[in-house]
Amino acid sequence: MMNARIPILKLYDTLIVSIQWELDDRTAIQFQEDLMAKLHETSATGVVIDLTSIDFIDSFIAKVLGDVIQMSRLMGAQVVITGIQPAVAITLIELGIRLEQVLTALDLENGLEKLHEELEG
Amino acid sequence: MNERSSVSIYTEWDVVAARQLGRDEAKAVGFGTVDQARITTAISELARNIYLYAGTGEIEIERLHDGKRTGLKIIASDDGPGIQDVRRVMEDGFTTSGGLGAGMPGVQRLVDEFKIETEIGKGTKITAVKWLR
Repeated sequence: MMNARIPILKLYDTLIVSIQWELDDRTAIQFQEDLMAKLHETSATGVVIDLTSIDFIDSFIAKVLGDVIQMSRLMGAQVVITGIQPAVAITLIELGIRLEQVLTALDLENGLEKLHEELEG
Repeated sequence: MNERSSVSIYTEWDVVAARQLGRDEAKAVGFGTVDQARITTAISELARNIYLYAGTGEIEIERLHDGKRTGLKIIASDDGPGIQDVRRVMEDGFTTSGGLGAGMPGVQRLVDEFKIETEIGKGTKITAVKWLR
């Protein structure tokens, strides 16, 4: 069975996550727990989650991502989502899913910039 | 050529298998990346509904050719409890799972044709069709 964990990298005060393969339910839930543990352990103040490799997001994955953002806020960290593909953006809106008040950026570089603006501003 | 394929839904892993089959079929038939995402997402929602509400069921994917058009038909069927009020299920924002699924109106928007047949105590069959443009 698939049971790979999503690697979480620390760069100064930021955690960087690149989701490289299709998320199944269990991997997604494991990721929530791993990210919270890592925030606690590192006291990071920002998280960038890059979705460049993800070609679809269903309502379950959207809910997990939304929850991760709220949970991170409770842990004192801001989250920026980067790399949402055109097909993913179109499908999410048609499906009726609104990821409101979510910081997004086109790519990782812009995401890190946005995070720093947000944390310093 | 195999025109019809299916995945039985028993566990959450089968939800993944069903949408992978859908994505492969969508690609093989020639759908672009946006339609591939629509089809994959629609199947994921339908398969998850089977898993959440009926427990077990089946996702069938069939290639369609009607002379002029090519498309994919997705049939999600189960022997679950059936849907009490189909009209309510088709209202945006209606959920019985606390927001675990996007709901049927969302799935309907992703495809070109959408039909629900349901009988209380017998089960539900949802048919969705996407045509290649």
